[in-house]
Amino acid sequence: MENLINIFVKSIFIDNMIFAYFLGMCSYLAVSKTVKTSMGLGIAVVFVLGITVPVDYLINKYLLTAGALTWISPALADVDLSFLSFIMFIAVIASMVQLVEMVIEKFSPALYSSLGIFLPLIAVNCAILGGSLFMQEREYASVAEATSFGLGSGVGWFLAIVGIAAIREKIRYSNVPAPLKGLGITFIITGLMGIAFMSFMGIKL
Amino acid sequence: MSSLRKTVDKIKPYFEKGGKFEYLHSTFEAFETFLFVPDTTTTSGSHIRDYIDMKRTMTIVVLALTPLLLFGMWNVGYQHFLSYGEEASLWQNFWFGFLKVFPILVVSYVVGLGIEFAFAQVRGHEVNEGFLVTGFLIPLIVPPDTPLWMVALATAFAVIIGKEVFGGTGMNILNPALLARAFLFFAYPQDMSGEKVWIAEKADAFSGATPLGKLLVGEPLSTLPHASDMFWGLIPGSIGETSTFLILLGGLFLIITGIGSWRVMLSVFIGGFGLAGFLWILAHYTGVDNAYMSIPPYYHLIMGGFAFGAVFMATDPVTAAQTNKGKWIYGILIGVLVIIIRVFNPAYPEGMMLAILLMNVFAPLIDHFVVEANIKKRLKRIKVQTVK
Repeated sequence: MENLINIFVKSIFIDNMIFAYFLGMCSYLAVSKTVKTSMGLGIAVVFVLGITVPVDYLINKYLLTAGALTWISPALADVDLSFLSFIMFIAVIASMVQLVEMVIEKFSPALYSSLGIFLPLIAVNCAILGGSLFMQEREYASVAEATSFGLGSGVGWFLAIVGIAAIREKIRYSNVPAPLKGLGITFIITGLMGIAFMSFMGIKL
Repeated sequence: MSSLRKTVDKIKPYFEKGGKFEYLHSTFEAFETFLFVPDTTTTSGSHIRDYIDMKRTMTIVVLALTPLLLFGMWNVGYQHFLSYGEEASLWQNFWFGFLKVFPILVVSYVVGLGIEFAFAQVRGHEVNEGFLVTGFLIPLIVPPDTPLWMVALATAFAVIIGKEVFGGTGMNILNPALLARAFLFFAYPQDMSGEKVWIAEKADAFSGATPLGKLLVGEPLSTLPHASDMFWGLIPGSIGETSTFLILLGGLFLIITGIGSWRVMLSVFIGGFGLAGFLWILAHYTGVDNAYMSIPPYYHLIMGGFAFGAVFMATDPVTAAQTNKGKWIYGILIGVLVIIIRVFNPAYPEGMMLAILLMNVFAPLIDHFVVEANIKKRLKRIKVQTVK
C-alpha cells in the first residue's frame, strides 16, 4: 500500500508529465485558455491514463515481452514481440478513447457534451502514449502499481493544465509585449512553473 | 528644497509632449515623483484593488525592511569575527558587514532600475516603484559572500523574465525577488548552499553551517545554537533572514499600516507549526529517525527563512491569493509545504523559497475556486428566495 501511494505522489509531483518531461504540450498549450475547459480535458486525461496504462501493462506482460507467451504453450518461450509495442499501445489507446467516449455518452450526456471534441483528441495526446511507454520502461511489478502510476500521471497533468489556465485567465489584461502575446508568454509561464515544481525533485517518501 | 523644485519646474517643459526630450518622459517623471509628492496618483497597475498609492505602499515596506538590513550588516561582521574567535566592537562588526552588503544593494538597485527604466522608455509606460522593494529584498535573501556579478545576473533574470515580459509591476505571477534567489540557487548551487557560504570570509576551521544545514548532515541536536540566539538572529544565514524578532517587528508594522495581509502571515505560521507539531508527535511515538522531525516544532519557525518568507515574501500583494478565503488556503499550504520540503526532501535543507514560488503558481487557481464557490452559494440563495 505504501508503495502504491509512493508511486502515485511521485508521478504527480516529481515525474510530472508536463514539468519534468514536457509531454502532452500541444493540448496543454491549446486548451488552457479557460479553467473550465481545461478542467474537462484534465479529467478526461486522468480517466484515459487510468485505464490505458493498466491495460497496456497486461498486454505488455502477457503478450509482448520476451517469453511472455509461455502461458499459451511452453514452445513459445523464445518469442519476443516487443517490437510491436508502439503499434499495440496506440491501438489500445485509440480504442480505449472510443470506448470511454461511448460509455460517457451513454451514462453521462452532460459530461460528454462539456468535454466535446477534447475527448477524441486525447487519442493523439503524447502524455498518454508516454505514460504507457514509461510503464514499460520502469517495469512496474503489478497491475496495481501500473494503475497508480497512470492515475498519478493524469492528476499531475490535470494540476498543470488547470494551474496554467488560472494564470492565463489572470494575465488576460496584462500589458504583455506584442511579440510574446499568446503562445510566447505561455511558454515562459510554463518554464517559471517548472522552476516552482523543482521543489519536489529529490523527495524521498 | 525650493530651489530644487524650481529647477525641476524649469526643465519640465522639455520632457512634456512636444518638448525636446519627450522620449525621456518616463525617466523624468520617475525622478520628479521620487523627489516630490506628485499631484497625480498612479493610474494603472497593481494598486487598482486599493485606494492607496503605490509609492506609499512601497515606502512603508522598505521602512519595515530597513532594521533587518542594518542588523544583517552587523551580523555579517559579528559572524566573521566570531569564526576567528576575535572580539570586535559594534562599529567594527557593522563596518565589516557594511562593506560586504552595501555593494550587493547597490548592484541590485542599479541593474534592476536600469532595466526598469529601459523598459519604461521603450514601451512608453511610467517607471513603477515596485522595484524599490524587490531591489531591497534581493540583498536580504542572498548569502553575504555572493559575487556581485551573480547578483546582477539574477536581478536581470528576475526583472526581465519574471516581471517585464508580463507587462511590469503588478502583472507578474512569481515574486521577482524569490525568482532571483531561485535562479541563483539552481544555477550556482555551490555558491548558494553548503556550509561555506553563510559567513563572509570565514576561518577555514570554523563550521559555518546554518542550523538547518547542520540537521541535514546529521549533526546531533545539541550542536544547534540556542533557541534564543536563533530568535534574536545571532546565527549564520542569508543577510536579512536571521533575526526572527526584527522580522516580527516589521510584520507588526506592516499589519498596523494595513500593507501586509495578517491572514497570510498568520496562516503560514499556523500551517507550518501545525504540520511540524504533528510530525514531532509522530516521531516521538514511532521513533522515526529524522532530525527534522525530532526537533521541537517551534524551532522550524525561527530557523532559516521561515519567518522572513511568511512576513515579507508570501504577503506580496501581487502574487498572493487575492480573496480573503483564498489567502487562508494559500498561507496554510505554504506553511505545510515548507515543512514537507524540509523534512522529506534531502536535496534541500530549506524549503521556504520553493514553497512560496509553488503557491504563487497556484494562487490564481485558488482564487478562481473561491470565487466560483461564492457564485454558487449566491445563486442558491436566489433560488431559495424565489421558491418562497
